[in-house]
This record gives sequence, C-alpha cells and structure tokens, in this order.
Amino acid sequence: MSLDNEVRYLSSHEWGRIDEDGILTVGISEHAQDLLGDIVFVELPDVGDMLEAEGESAIVESVKAASDVYSPLTGEVVEINEKLLDEPEIINNSPLEDGWFFKIKIDDDLQFADLLTQEEYNDTCED
Amino acid sequence: MVDFHGWDMPINYGSQIEEHHAVRQGCGIFDVSHMTILDFEGSESELFIRKLIANDVRKLSENYSGLYSAMLNDKGYVIDDLIAYRMDKGFRLVVNCATRGEDLRWISARAKEYDVNMLEREDLSMVAIQGPQSPNVLKNFPAPIDFLKEKKRQQGIFQDDIFAAKTGYTGELGFEVILPNEKAIDLWNIAISEGAKPIGLAARDTLRLEAGMNLYGFEMDETISPFECNMGWTVCWQDDQRDFFGKESLIKQKESNDLKELVGIITEEKAILRQGQKIHLEEENHARGVVTSGTYSPSLKKPIALARLPKSESTFCFAEIRGKRVKAKIGSPKFIKEGKLIFKEKV
Repeated sequence: MSLDNEVRYLSSHEWGRIDEDGILTVGISEHAQDLLGDIVFVELPDVGDMLEAEGESAIVESVKAASDVYSPLTGEVVEINEKLLDEPEIINNSPLEDGWFFKIKIDDDLQFADLLTQEEYNDTCED
Repeated sequence: MVDFHGWDMPINYGSQIEEHHAVRQGCGIFDVSHMTILDFEGSESELFIRKLIANDVRKLSENYSGLYSAMLNDKGYVIDDLIAYRMDKGFRLVVNCATRGEDLRWISARAKEYDVNMLEREDLSMVAIQGPQSPNVLKNFPAPIDFLKEKKRQQGIFQDDIFAAKTGYTGELGFEVILPNEKAIDLWNIAISEGAKPIGLAARDTLRLEAGMNLYGFEMDETISPFECNMGWTVCWQDDQRDFFGKESLIKQKESNDLKELVGIITEEKAILRQGQKIHLEEENHARGVVTSGTYSPSLKKPIALARLPKSESTFCFAEIRGKRVKAKIGSPKFIKEGKLIFKEKV
C-alpha cells in the first residue's frame, strides 16, 4: 500500500501528507478553516524546531477565535510557508494546497498509517 | 446559523471581512428583527419615559426623532442601552433582545403608577440599511423612504405603516426601518436587487466596534456605571427638576475618584485583542484593566479593542495574550466613522 500523496488527519483538524520521502507537509482541514472563518494571523514554528506528535506547533487566529495547531507526527521542521504570514487568507482559500503550514522530517513512516483517513476524519466532523 | 436568544441568526453569509467592507464602501442590509420594540402611549407617556431613562426625550422636538440612552437601576448601573423615538401618540423604545425579559419586568413594574400603556410590537420587523450607498438601494421601494435624504442623523419619518430613521450601529450613513412583518421581505428583496449585501452578526460586531459603539453584556451591564462605559454623555442634566431612575446614585458616582474609563486601544502586534484579556498599565505587575470587546479591524487591518482602564496619564498599555504582554496604544474609544480613521491617540 502506498501512502504517498494521501491526506491523513488528526481529529483536531490538522492534515498531513507525505509529498516527498520522509517529509510530511502539514496544514489545517477545509472543515477547520470553515469553522474559524476569516483567518488574519498565523504563528509558525521556526525551521529546526522539534515537534512532537499531537504537540502544539502553530497558532492560527481568525477574527472569531484563536486556535492551536498540532503536529500530526513527531519530526524536525524543515520548511515553513512564510507566505501565510503576509497573506493568511490563503488558508481560507486553499487549505489543502497553497495554505500548508510547515514541513517536517519524520523518522517513522509507519506512524502515518495510524492517522485518520479522510473517511474516518469526516465521521469525526459529523459527531 | 446560531441560536441568538431564541432567534435563528446568521453569523456570516460568506466572508465576514467582505461583509464588513461592503458596509464601509457600499451598502449592507441587516435583519435586526430580534431587537425588542416597545411602544408607549397614554397621557403620562412623556412623564414616564423621562423618569425611566437617563437621557431626556424632552430634547426630541420633532416626531420620529430618536436619541440614545441608558436605562439605569437604582444603583445607577446600566440595565440596558436603547434608542427612544418620539412618536405621534407617545414614544417608541428599541431595546436589546438579550435583555428583553429583565427590561420588560423592570419597565412594567414602574409603569403601574403612570397613565401609560406599553405594547410589545411583535408584529413589526426591523431592518438596518447601512453604508455610503444606502440612500440608493431603496429607490424602488413603495414607501417614502426617499424623504429620509432630507433628514439629519437621528431624525425619521413614518408613513404607510413604515417607520424609518437615520440611526444605525456601524458608524456609516444609513437608516433603520421598522415595518410590518409582511412588508419586510419585500424591502429586503428590493434592497438586495439594488446591490445591498446581506450582513451577519460577525461583521455587525466588527463594524460596531470600529465605530466605538457599546454592546450590552460586554461594555456594560448591571454592575457598570454609564461613566465607565463611555455613556456619560448620554445622561441629561439640563432639567434639574427632572428625576430619573439612578439619578441620586449617579451624583454620588460623579464625586468618587475611582471610576475607570472606557478607552480604545490598538496594537501593531500580530495577536488579536479579545474580551476578558487583562490590561497592565506601563510596566506594572498587577493588571488593573480589562478588554471589554476586541477584534481584528478589517478597515485598519490591525487588532483593536475597547478596554476599561483606571484613569491615568499612560499613553500605552500591555494586554495579556496567551501569557505574553502585547503593547497597545491608548486613545479614543472610537476608531472609524464614515469610512475614515477617527481614532485619536493619547499624547
């Protein structure tokens, strides 16, 4: 089974995707951006930060509310999406593509399979 | 949609920031039918309203004109804020939906001693049309709303069951229309077809906050003096023979030195000021102020807030946001009027 390019989720609305070997791209879900409404600020981790699975990694503020963003997996930050700092509305417009938050280098691909599938995540949103 | 005190109301129709700009730059339409409309008639209606509220309806020399006022309890704290209009046979008060129950209890109990009848107008809807283009969207509405163009702020008209006045909650040119429920949908559809954009609760809040307008339960409640929520100017002292509920307590409050004040604050930092955040003056360790309402200002593209602080010479303060201290400038509790910056920094 190949997990490349498959999007998996945390129930706290973050997604992760293995776009290249050993690198996980992370963002927030379509449902999350819809709940938050217009996003106006983002605080991203620094490149080199070590993030833990389900640990705080970023903050997103919409006009409505501030929300912590958790990292789906453990790993070191290798790239951040600096565009979001000036144009946070990208997250509203393209949460799964242009609105990614950061990329981490993960040690263990296997854990990725433990994250929620699209279907499982959708079920949690309906509850 | 959310349940707003028993009314199904939209938070936003699409992007709340786009709705905000639509009102500042064009025209927005708000369904504010949740507001409670109370009509007072009877030979002593003027006597009663002059006692009931802290502003003085004697100032309303023309029918259908309105004024903003607080209704105070005996301690001189705010039970509600409202607009009082002079009508043909008495007065109309538009009070908040959230405080409806308490207002009705308070008013009914005190009206007993007067020859006055209070009627809650559940048969009426209320629609606000706000923004620089607002005079243009009702050209085809079969009512005399066009006449409003001749009127000044706070003045109104009443014809064919349709009441309209140049009031609002956004700081923009505009008017509020109170009309029979069955006519409201027509008005809504015509305004939309002429380019008005529907506006939800979220943008209503950013608009009123930029305009420095209070929201009951945030800037004031039954424990807050009008002097501490920038409503001192609405208390009318002109006629010293007039008594009103809370007057005696207000006179005592005026003499005390520990009244706080409502100010506007703006930060250049990327962290949103929100209700309940503590405010420190200068580098002090203990917080002595609080954010009453905060948001991201779509017009200024910066976080802004109304905050209640001790009176001081400070020109800046620090808001506690997620454990960090965020510096903010202190100034007037008003930011935007008719699309323009009116915030005055303290110097």
